[in-house]
Amino acid sequence: MDLAATILVDGLIYAGWLFIVSVGLTLVFGVLNILNIAHGSLYAIGAYAAASMVGAYFALGGEAFPYGSYVAMILAAVLVALVLGPLLERGLLRFFYGRDEVLNVLVTYAVFLILEDVMKLIWGVNPYFVYEPYTLLGDVEIGPLFYVGYDFAVIAAAIIVGLAVWLTLNRTRVGKVVLAVIHDSEMSQTMGVNVQRIYLGAFMAGTFLAALGGALTAPMISVTPGLGVNVIIVAFAVVIIGGLGSVPGAAIGALMVGISRAASVHLLPEAELFIIYFVMAIVLLFRPEGLFAKTQARKI
Amino acid sequence: MMKSKIGGALAATALATCMAGPATAADDTFKIGVITFLSGQAAESFGVPAWNGGKLLVDMLNEGGKLPAPYDKMGFGGMKIEAVIVDEAGGATKQVQEFRNLVQREEVDAVVGYVSSGDCLAIPPVADELKAFTILYDCGTPRVFEDGSYEYVFRTAAHATMDNVSLARYLKSRSFDVPSFAGLNQDYAWGQDSWADFTGAMKQLYPDAEVKTALFPKFGAGQYGTEISALLREKPALVHSSNWGGDLQGFLIQATARGLHKRAQLALAAGDHVIPQLQDKMPDGIFLGARGVNGLAAHARGGELKELTDTMWDAYEVEYNTFPVQAPFRMWQALFGLKTAVEKAMADNGGTKPTSEELAAAMKGLSWDAPSGRIEMALAGGHQAIQPNAIGTTKWNADAGEMELVDVEYYAARCVNPPEGMKSQDWLAQGFPGAECD
Repeated sequence: MDLAATILVDGLIYAGWLFIVSVGLTLVFGVLNILNIAHGSLYAIGAYAAASMVGAYFALGGEAFPYGSYVAMILAAVLVALVLGPLLERGLLRFFYGRDEVLNVLVTYAVFLILEDVMKLIWGVNPYFVYEPYTLLGDVEIGPLFYVGYDFAVIAAAIIVGLAVWLTLNRTRVGKVVLAVIHDSEMSQTMGVNVQRIYLGAFMAGTFLAALGGALTAPMISVTPGLGVNVIIVAFAVVIIGGLGSVPGAAIGALMVGISRAASVHLLPEAELFIIYFVMAIVLLFRPEGLFAKTQARKI
Repeated sequence: MMKSKIGGALAATALATCMAGPATAADDTFKIGVITFLSGQAAESFGVPAWNGGKLLVDMLNEGGKLPAPYDKMGFGGMKIEAVIVDEAGGATKQVQEFRNLVQREEVDAVVGYVSSGDCLAIPPVADELKAFTILYDCGTPRVFEDGSYEYVFRTAAHATMDNVSLARYLKSRSFDVPSFAGLNQDYAWGQDSWADFTGAMKQLYPDAEVKTALFPKFGAGQYGTEISALLREKPALVHSSNWGGDLQGFLIQATARGLHKRAQLALAAGDHVIPQLQDKMPDGIFLGARGVNGLAAHARGGELKELTDTMWDAYEVEYNTFPVQAPFRMWQALFGLKTAVEKAMADNGGTKPTSEELAAAMKGLSWDAPSGRIEMALAGGHQAIQPNAIGTTKWNADAGEMELVDVEYYAARCVNPPEGMKSQDWLAQGFPGAECD
């Protein structure tokens, strides 16, 4: 396997993970116009919830059918979305719609800090492990390298998530309503659209995607406090490269970051941390709004 | 009316009490401020087990007669030990503030703390300014006393150079063939320094070994897939890592799933503390150190210190249902050192509670026994400890359901630590002059 192919495979695996982590962030921004810093915490809570659910699944005799642990992981993400989505959107964020974007950033940062403590309160500081789902899918041998089947499952999950979000937005009635709300929420409301419900639905979808990212990551790491901090930084880089609010942009941003990072690790390891920001800087130099920034219709 | 008068009187009394400040510790109590990570990434690996061990030791000492001589006397020189615990999370600026609080408001008699090297570099100037007797119990950077000198500050654990000199010596003593090696270390001072120490030691012991690649993923990265691919591609004979905590756990989970440990020898500078979590998911055959003769290596050592080590080990296992890894050992050696210094100072001053000056004088150049071995304040004019070290190989004991260390090699303190007056990097570059190995 030559170097280029290794870089491509490594880049795709990382990009798949990045996309799942970032797509919810860009969706929430697109619909609610909120830069949700708490996205990192929702990711971490998804990881904790998945670790707990998978642990419970095996404790209740799941060894007989270990593949059920994947269902437990997805259910964990659904549960996080059902509980935290309405709580945060209806309970807090709705009071800040239409206010300065900076205020929303501060509010979600506060939520981030609170959720970090809530996690410690619930799960403590000790790590949680759920290795089983990581090794269930066997090895994939590509040339001299071994990959874990799970890595490719994450790529598949990213493709499914991307297609599902894109098709929902562009090929369904609900999606058309959401796009109308994104375009002009006041006009949509006048036309009879229940904008509140759309906001709630979009935030719950964003929460689910963040939690799903965490849930899918949980089996390959030790789930420890502080998990969400690094994730939110890299997720922001991806959505800024792609253009805030753009799902295809998040996909392209994730691919660019994933592949350039892989190239850096293999060819120039000392530049690994720098490369993400380098890519971002180059993109913003030529496209200050990101690659796929939505066109702003001028209102009269 | 009467009610409001009583309320007013109570409020005034409360206010007066507050203004009077905290009551000064009585002479029959020795108050220590303990700073360690109770939250954040270093809590689970270092901070919490360290204070678990510390709390246990303070309780045993306060009860008296629980430990073998010379630690059978109650408390510190008969004084009851009282501990005030502070979370180390929050960065160096916050810790400087917390340190001032401990010294000036809580009026502690000594401070024992700091896992983070950043905090260990920030605190000593403040400690000297406040003339507060301070023990750095855990952090690893050699820079504290190599780049500075302090009157009231002591470090009771060896600095990190020892870890990697021992690893390189272990490879050599086992005639391990290392035509090439690579590193994966966290991208901050600890990871960079550890890799520099390891490559420096290897240059002396394996001058022909080729460095394949040096990877420095971000601290807390979690994902090491690309790095593992790079290591698999480069095919080094050995992979060095000083990763710790969640980073080490994540790396081991992902690396072993992809068979890296079967294609390269893994050598971990500070790897023992993930064993209680990973259990049999930690593969056999990994070379690892515990930053001192700590944890499993101390338990296996026996010898003169067996009674002391076993007493602490057993008490810890009973209390916390797991074995003590490196962090509690470092806390124990700090507290045993403090006890020895307090009692020495009291022997010199006629038996009264020692001042910071008296404590500092007693601690300078002191030696004492701890479960981790003989601790000697032999560097930096008697302010920096050296201690013996051990490296072993992991082996899962399926019958007992626990990880063991086999083929453990023990290194004398003067074999793996630089001599007095010499900087670590110079010592490595010059081929360990003055090293006294058995």
